[in-house]
Amino acid sequence: MNNKVVVDKEFYWKLFKSTFIISAFTIGGGFVIISLLKAKFVDEYEWLDDKEALNLVAIAQSAPGVMAVNASIIMGYKLAGLAGSLTAILATVLPPLITLSVVSYFYDAFATNQYVQLLLKGMQCGATAIIINVAIDLLKKEFKKKLLIPLLIMVGTFVANYFFDVNLMCAILVDAMLGFMLLRDEKYS
Amino acid sequence: MIYWELFWSFVQVGAFCVGGGYASMPLIQEQVIERHGWLTLQQFIDIFTISQMTPGPIGINAATFVGTKVAGIPGAIAATAGFVFPSVIIVLFLAKLFFKYGDIGPIRGILNGLRPAVVALICSAGVGFILLALWNTETLPKDFTKVDLIGCIVLPISLYCVRQKMSVIRLLCFSGVLGLILGIAGIR
Repeated sequence: MNNKVVVDKEFYWKLFKSTFIISAFTIGGGFVIISLLKAKFVDEYEWLDDKEALNLVAIAQSAPGVMAVNASIIMGYKLAGLAGSLTAILATVLPPLITLSVVSYFYDAFATNQYVQLLLKGMQCGATAIIINVAIDLLKKEFKKKLLIPLLIMVGTFVANYFFDVNLMCAILVDAMLGFMLLRDEKYS
Repeated sequence: MIYWELFWSFVQVGAFCVGGGYASMPLIQEQVIERHGWLTLQQFIDIFTISQMTPGPIGINAATFVGTKVAGIPGAIAATAGFVFPSVIIVLFLAKLFFKYGDIGPIRGILNGLRPAVVALICSAGVGFILLALWNTETLPKDFTKVDLIGCIVLPISLYCVRQKMSVIRLLCFSGVLGLILGIAGIR
């Protein structure tokens, strides 16, 4: 699968632990989790490089289901095959499963507790900082390549998604088509 | 058998849940309220609210909530497993395909087109998060002076910590505690 990683007991524990904690504390959409996973797996552990991570996310994005789950399935698979995939899924799914079964019993107390709200607010700022950092990193790299079409795709997708609320699946399909037609050349990879 | 019914219902939700998060809501609504009558509309709206505040994808949260209500913890596990099942099959299939044929021109082209798109989507999520952190709104604020003080303090500090390469998990715990302390100190 991947020769940069020594797959031993310690690896599985690290994979489970980091995915579990990220999933347990991440509030917000799939791309938040992806930014955190990228910060952990690429920048901290160096299990993957930028391009590999983006490729994997692109594949995860084109399958049905929840982004966060899909991303962990494919990253786990890339790192350590089926066993890695199962480890990552379990670690992604367990935290919401546990949290929600507890929270559904204490819903009212939870929703109105101001300390819980403050803690969540702070964590949300932390997550924002991580996304900003990941985004800046990726943007820098994309601009450094000085390739016109990928840049246009990037800006176009951002505008379509953020300002015009274009359906995500349509945007992805259009980008895939553009890539299929225009970006086959070696220099784009 | 109830576990099987839960599993199968959520397999259908998971298989057709295209476009992430909120796109799964109508599917869940159809299965859980209209077809099986497992939840009322009010309970369904409650799940939605809970999902805004708790970690975890909304689809998994809904599966857990419905499963717990209908058949306890084993029900929650059956529903969640069902929801994830189609993703596992399809993603692994695509992964196999890609690892085997990723070097062929057309597939390489598709990925080359999708990578900048992923960067764009991460940026788009980031902008929404900045607005939420500083102004408590996901769309452009009407009044830019109405900032959230906690956000204005915690976000720059967190950003500094990220730049200093603080570990992701430590940063999340740290920023949470910082928010709590500021709030208790009366800064809003």
